[in-house]
Amino acid sequence: MRFIMKTDYYQDIRLFKYRSTFFWYLALVIGCLMLPLGLDEYLISQLTFICMYAVAAVGLMLLTGYTGQVSMGHAAFFAIGSYTSAILTAKGVPFLAALPAAGLLAGLVGIVIGRPILHLSGLYLAIATMGFAFIVDEILVRWESMTRGNMGYYVDPAAIGPLVFDSEIRFYYLALVVLILTLLAARNILRSPTGRAMIAIRDSEVAAEAMGINPAKFKTMAFAVSAFFTGIAGSLYAHKIFFINPESYTIFLSIELLAMVIIGGLGSLHGAVFGAAFFIFLPQFIVMTKDYLPQYLQNQTGLQPALFGLLIILVMLFEPLGIYGRWLKTKFYFEMFPLYRKDSFKREKKYQKAERR
Amino acid sequence: MELLNEILQTVLSGISIGCVYGLVALGFVLIFKATEVINFAQGELLMLGAFISYSLIGLLHFPYWAALAVTVIVMGLLGTLLERTVLRSLVGEPVYAIVIVTIGLSYFLRSMVSMIPGWGTDTYGFQTPFAEKFIRTGKLVISWEYLAIILITTALIFLLFSFFRYTRVGTAMRATSQNQLAAVYMGISVTRVFSLTWTIAAALGGIGGILLSPITFVHMNMGFIGLKAFPAAVLGGFGSLPGAIVGGLIIGITESLAGFYLPEGWKDIAAWIILIGVLIIRPQGLFGIQEKKKV
Repeated sequence: MRFIMKTDYYQDIRLFKYRSTFFWYLALVIGCLMLPLGLDEYLISQLTFICMYAVAAVGLMLLTGYTGQVSMGHAAFFAIGSYTSAILTAKGVPFLAALPAAGLLAGLVGIVIGRPILHLSGLYLAIATMGFAFIVDEILVRWESMTRGNMGYYVDPAAIGPLVFDSEIRFYYLALVVLILTLLAARNILRSPTGRAMIAIRDSEVAAEAMGINPAKFKTMAFAVSAFFTGIAGSLYAHKIFFINPESYTIFLSIELLAMVIIGGLGSLHGAVFGAAFFIFLPQFIVMTKDYLPQYLQNQTGLQPALFGLLIILVMLFEPLGIYGRWLKTKFYFEMFPLYRKDSFKREKKYQKAERR
Repeated sequence: MELLNEILQTVLSGISIGCVYGLVALGFVLIFKATEVINFAQGELLMLGAFISYSLIGLLHFPYWAALAVTVIVMGLLGTLLERTVLRSLVGEPVYAIVIVTIGLSYFLRSMVSMIPGWGTDTYGFQTPFAEKFIRTGKLVISWEYLAIILITTALIFLLFSFFRYTRVGTAMRATSQNQLAAVYMGISVTRVFSLTWTIAAALGGIGGILLSPITFVHMNMGFIGLKAFPAAVLGGFGSLPGAIVGGLIIGITESLAGFYLPEGWKDIAAWIILIGVLIIRPQGLFGIQEKKKV
């Protein structure tokens, strides 16, 4: 356990808590850059998906994990990002402009939609965003002159100047760079007054309001920023798989994004990345274990989703605080080494006192 | 007159679908009121109920009413089992963690059904005593299949309401949903109440399944009806039992009117548009009570 004597405010909001942390992250980035050298194309493409979903998960984490607003409609922003980017690049706009445009349009829709519905709370907000996602999905199907409806839309590979991101390795680097920029941006938002206002709203809206924070303003802002990142992820997704249609952006994508954030661990950016990695690697893991199962089960198409559901249940039963919670506990164990007690993190299991009707 | 008939006919079929939405929504609301958890697997419980009744009627040749009773019992036991094995150990953990567990549960149940021999991924149907029987009043033709849904749902609602109002256990359940801690102090076994809540919710799902089967047939994706029942529950104000039924009816009627009179595609989103509209005007739903905010 290390304790730092903090002497001024800027020390408190430093990007890296300890100097050593910076070097560890640097090592991690270098490691990620070197990874493609030793892996085959398939694994690289899986890593790309992790980076992509992590960008969206970071967006949702800002909204759900840090501002406390649950959205079950983020597939809509993902879709808006994908289609904006696909249509713009098809019209000759360079990718470098289409990528932020995708994010900005998603963010703008986030503001327009967020303004009237963000005074809802909890469950009601979740359901309103879910309805919004259904409506967007229907628009994508019906607005055929723009989106080509259910026929789907072929997307050009991303290109910056003469550099075309058409191979797995190149696209991996693109996604990795976007992820790193996203994480840096999110980290910076969180240590700014805006970020602290968001966290204050999560912890108690009334208390935040009493401190002079305008909840409507910051909730809308969080919604917009969250939509922006999800739109960016959507744009990357379109240019990765080259073909998009409305079927890729159903309610299940929204639920998966939400599950990613919760399984990763609410209220941490690490959690967003962990959650994305969990959701990409879980099916791989299932495929690998398939050979050890009885013949009858192996041939079932339902096997993979069944194990998927089962593993989600087991992870949450084992660690209700998500993967980041487990990470913290492991770290704490080593920092405290001989002194760790099993009950250090034990939650008091209690009945709810809340007066409800 | 022609038009009036047409509208009545459409509304009637909307009401019967709405009753099923209402039953599923009732399951959502019951569990939410007792444990603050949204059970994403509620639709899958309905699907499971439909498959069980299909096996009883289609494969084992049970009479309809016996099959209904057996389905309710089996589903009730299954609900208890789920609560005991999975959800009991999560009491007191963060609510969102439990919600994710129910999402996992819905994946699991849906795919397990496809793996059980004799069930699989095909679509099935079974014989009911109401098939191809009609009542004619003037030009209005009412099919018994729809009427049965409406009647059985009404009977069920009366049963549930008198259960909550007049029995000791029902009172204990209402007390728990108001204040768990106070309920414990009064000597109510809260864990037993949770378990019973799951039992009732699963049994309701089972009845919903057996009622819905003649209309949509039995298949593994039946559970997606939960996605329609969810807005129904919210529309009524999550946490209000009559609200759930009214919400279900509104969604059902809107859907069938939109399906009949509006261009294709509106059917699926009309309910959502109404829902968002209602929520913007009344953020707590139609029957919900605005809770006081506490710091």
